[in-house]
Amino acid sequence: MLTGVYLPTTGRFFLDGEDLTGKSTVEISHRGISRTFQNIRLFSNLSVIDNVLVGMTNRKPCTMLESILRLPRHYRTEKELRTAARELLDVFGLDGERRTLASNLPYGKQRKLEIARALATNPKMLLLDEPAAGMNPHETAELTETIRFVRDHFDMTILLIEHDMSLVSGLCDSATVLNFGTTLAQGKTADVLHDPAVIRAYLGDD
Amino acid sequence: MKKIRLKHYINYLILGGALALFVALDLLGALKRSDASLLTQIGYSIILAVSLNLVVGFLGELSLGHAGFMCVGAYVGGVLYNMLIPACGTVAALLIALPVGGVVAAFFGFLIGLPALRLKGDYLAIVTLAFGEIIRTVILNQDFFGGPMGLPSQRFGDRLYILAFALAIVTVFVSQNLRRSKHGRAIQAIRDNEIAARAMGVNVTYYKLVVFAIAAFFAGVAGVLYASSTSLVQSTNFSFNYSIEILVMVVLGGMGSITGSMISAALLTFITVKLTVGLPSELAAIEPLVYALILILAVMWNNAPFLRPLRVKLHDKIAALRDRILPHKEVDGSDAAATAAWDTIPTKIPMDALLSTDFTVDHSFDADRPEKEEK
Repeated sequence: MLTGVYLPTTGRFFLDGEDLTGKSTVEISHRGISRTFQNIRLFSNLSVIDNVLVGMTNRKPCTMLESILRLPRHYRTEKELRTAARELLDVFGLDGERRTLASNLPYGKQRKLEIARALATNPKMLLLDEPAAGMNPHETAELTETIRFVRDHFDMTILLIEHDMSLVSGLCDSATVLNFGTTLAQGKTADVLHDPAVIRAYLGDD
Repeated sequence: MKKIRLKHYINYLILGGALALFVALDLLGALKRSDASLLTQIGYSIILAVSLNLVVGFLGELSLGHAGFMCVGAYVGGVLYNMLIPACGTVAALLIALPVGGVVAAFFGFLIGLPALRLKGDYLAIVTLAFGEIIRTVILNQDFFGGPMGLPSQRFGDRLYILAFALAIVTVFVSQNLRRSKHGRAIQAIRDNEIAARAMGVNVTYYKLVVFAIAAFFAGVAGVLYASSTSLVQSTNFSFNYSIEILVMVVLGGMGSITGSMISAALLTFITVKLTVGLPSELAAIEPLVYALILILAVMWNNAPFLRPLRVKLHDKIAALRDRILPHKEVDGSDAAATAAWDTIPTKIPMDALLSTDFTVDHSFDADRPEKEEK
């Protein structure tokens, strides 16, 4: 809904005071919201670095004609984008595998690549949709580190949708619990997680 | 760091080399008229296959109406010849007809791109199929276009094949440069996962329309070439079957592979023409059968498990041959060695003057192409 895939029936949402309700996915991405997907959606037939480069498509102006005719700006753009992409991949420890096809990466690294690709669009806000889905505790721990690194080193808001409590409690400043579409609790993560109503919703009565 | 990568030039080498060879034969008088006309056909088949590959291989949409765009180009060419040749001569008419035919076809490509924004897969394929048939039928029933009798056109000399090959090189140039750019990556991202591409800010609408338009443009150019190679443009030539034939060229060459599209277009055209011309009339009915057999064999060769050892052996042989011919740096003995040798040709390779224009350009940032997946 936030990225314009579905239209909200009620309510509106804003980014920096700008109403983004009902805008198209592309538009919303241009305004600075980037996301990862619960079921990984990489560009599987592109290489790792190309996946990140797709995220950077709108960073530099360079028309299609310039690319086709191989004018100087094409080379400049490509070079700059490639350098930026490699830096970003380096942060995620994926630079060594930049030429592998995305679909050939192991699961954990695909998750990382998805985050890197989302960051490539230079977002103001990063939306992580259940990043720990299908991960074992070890991978989750590694993922926690990655997200913490992003939180500490990139200047942006991270919105995390997750039901893995170790990930949530390890990372989040504030939390909101939704139960069947209504807000159950909202506030500091520690407080929310100890809210009796939340515990009841998760673990049942008694 | 200046590196010349053979694989970026291999398509130009193949086409340019073939063209040079044929021109040489021609000058020696060893090229028969029938051969020259076959070469023209091969030339525009390559244009058709490489341009369709843009839609099918890169954008990932099935298009069954490519012959329709060619039909538009052919009739625009024919009409322009009839109008312009009395006024300004054949060469000028040809030079005007090529871009105009392309642009008119591109306009139709744009129109077909519009439903492509909403439809996917089979449904879009049906729309493109319908388009091809509608265009053909409409033209067939217009007296302005000569109706069922066909439209008289200007037949250019046998040397037309030179132009056809030159335009094929242009098509490859555009298609290849488009792919190896941020736009090409965006287009392939749409193919791989449209939702994710949108979320990354890729303007899907724009790219879909542009790719359809570019592909149609070159099909239109091929149509003008066709109109220049015949004295009568007939709409029956652009039937659904012909669209399928072009699609088969792309699929057989390996979807997304420009080199593959080129080679299979040349081969299939050669086979089709040789069969049609070469067989005695009683056996002409066999032609589709032989065609089908070749396709089945080719697909089996690529996929059948029991042929795998043979394939691997051949692959190794080719790799060994390549290593002998092309000097390469010492690389560690990993699997990547063969690929690396293929990629980094350290010394200059001799090339036609035609191809050397791009020679001193810095390709260092292209060092990140994906490695070929090992079979």
